[in-house]
Amino acid sequence: MHEMSLAEGIRQIVEDAGRSQGFHKVKTVVLEIGQLSSVEPDSLRFCFDVVMRDSIAAGAALQIDSVPGSGWCMQCAETVPVAALYDPCPKCGSYQVQATGGTEMRVKELEIE
Amino acid sequence: MCNVCGCGTGETRLEGEALDHEHEHEHVHADGTVHRHAHHHADEHAHGHAPYQWVPAAVHGHAHRHADGSVHSHDHAHEGEHIHDHGDGSVHYGHGPAGAHAPGMSQAQMVKIEQNILAKNDGYAERNRSWLADRGILALNLVSSPGSGKTTLLVRTIEELKSKVPVAVVEGDQQTSFDAERIRATGAPALQINTGKGCHLDAHMVGRALEKLTPPEDSVLLVENVGNLVCPAAFDLGEAAKVVVLSVTEGEDKPLKYPDMFAAARLMLVNKIDLLPYLSFDVHKAIDFARRVNPRLEVIQVSATTGAGFADWLGWIDARLGEACAGRQQTVEQLRARIAELEARLAAKG
Ligand SMILES: Nc1nc2c(ncn2[C@@H]2O[C@H](COP(=O)(O)OP(=O)(O)OP(=O)(O)O)[C@@H](O)[C@H]2O)c(=O)[nH]1
Ligand SMILES: [Mg+2]
Ligand SMILES: [Zn+2]
Ligand SMILES: [Zn+2]
Ligand SMILES: [Zn+2]
Ligand SMILES: [Zn+2]
Ligand SMILES: [Zn+2]
Ligand SMILES: [Zn+2]
Ligand SMILES: [Zn+2]
Repeated sequence: MHEMSLAEGIRQIVEDAGRSQGFHKVKTVVLEIGQLSSVEPDSLRFCFDVVMRDSIAAGAALQIDSVPGSGWCMQCAETVPVAALYDPCPKCGSYQVQATGGTEMRVKELEIE
Repeated sequence: MCNVCGCGTGETRLEGEALDHEHEHEHVHADGTVHRHAHHHADEHAHGHAPYQWVPAAVHGHAHRHADGSVHSHDHAHEGEHIHDHGDGSVHYGHGPAGAHAPGMSQAQMVKIEQNILAKNDGYAERNRSWLADRGILALNLVSSPGSGKTTLLVRTIEELKSKVPVAVVEGDQQTSFDAERIRATGAPALQINTGKGCHLDAHMVGRALEKLTPPEDSVLLVENVGNLVCPAAFDLGEAAKVVVLSVTEGEDKPLKYPDMFAAARLMLVNKIDLLPYLSFDVHKAIDFARRVNPRLEVIQVSATTGAGFADWLGWIDARLGEACAGRQQTVEQLRARIAELEARLAAKG
């Protein structure tokens, strides 16, 4: 259900860009999805196909570029890689890690024709 | 669904009425010119600007890419619909008198977008946030799984607060207006939003609700989101803080299963603590899990039925109210300083 609203957000962005920049067909939609965002890629792909019907991106391929997660460890006072929001710091084992990177959900670019 | 703002027209209901409305949206043109105009949900439009004369005949460029890969750009004035046909079978919008064709590139073209997927919502949220800040209104967004006790909590909170500060409520549920009715029984104004199939409130719905509800200055606005721990985390409504409610009848591991919500919240209310003697719920474990996800999370244990912990909860609201008022005071002072500056300049001239 969450992915459905995201797919609708993507459709709006794509349709708006087509309208303002004058293109009529999108072949590939490239997303940047952070590892720490709540997006389920398989579910998003499914919703994408459904939501894009009758849009300028009908039948378009969906490319999802994953962005690795990172956080600020308060104990180590440095940025460390983390794979999930609840993961401990890989260096010191502390859970005092605040997510700083890898939470994005962005439309990066479009391949058009 | 509305393609412009994503709101589910005919599906979302404000006090039983379909949410139809006029609203602004933005076009970014090839030359970077941005313009905005308003339209009703009924008027689905392509890139035509005819009825929007308040964009005063601005001339700016449009780039077009044709089926054969050629690119051309041209200027057009913002009056008159500008659909045109290129003879190659492609019809599109956006030609004016000065349509110069530049022969161009072939093959696939990449267009940079770099936009947050929820950018539209974030725009509406910022608008709500400044609307609220201008009026010194503290808005809290209450989120949880279904049945954690949000409405019960709100009712008691209103009873305790109403003699000190005006409180208004926005209720989000997929169906029914039962929750808004429960709130109105306290005497506080409440507005029900039914999201239909939608599983969360968005900033656009809340903006509309604010227009109808018109909460007074220096008041508290409590928003009860749809019972769902997933997407309300991603939808900023323009609130000062999200408050996540976890009841002790749920599992301690909820924060690990639904980390986004606990990461997005500033405060966690652990509710129904009156039931602890009858359960094996480990409060400390639940708090520990929540802080793994969000080390800065504040926690207050309460019971909406007995009122336990309410002194702390009301104290927390009071502190946030203080912040909202201070924020407004600052804005007022900035305005005063600006007026003084302008007056000084005028005096210097005259
Ligand atoms: N024992 C106990 N029961 C509570 C408490 N708070 C709420 N309840 C009960 O929990 C049930 C659900 O409460 P609601 O206030 O309707 O919960 P809600 O989160 O608003 O539910 P939805 O809006 O449907 O998501 C009701 O039967 C309440 O009486 C509490 O602190 N202690
Ligand atoms: Mg409720
Ligand atoms: Zn560390
Ligand atoms: Zn709209
Ligand atoms: Zn709308
Ligand atoms: Zn428009
Ligand atoms: Zn053209
Ligand atoms: Zn234009
Ligand atoms: Zn949702």
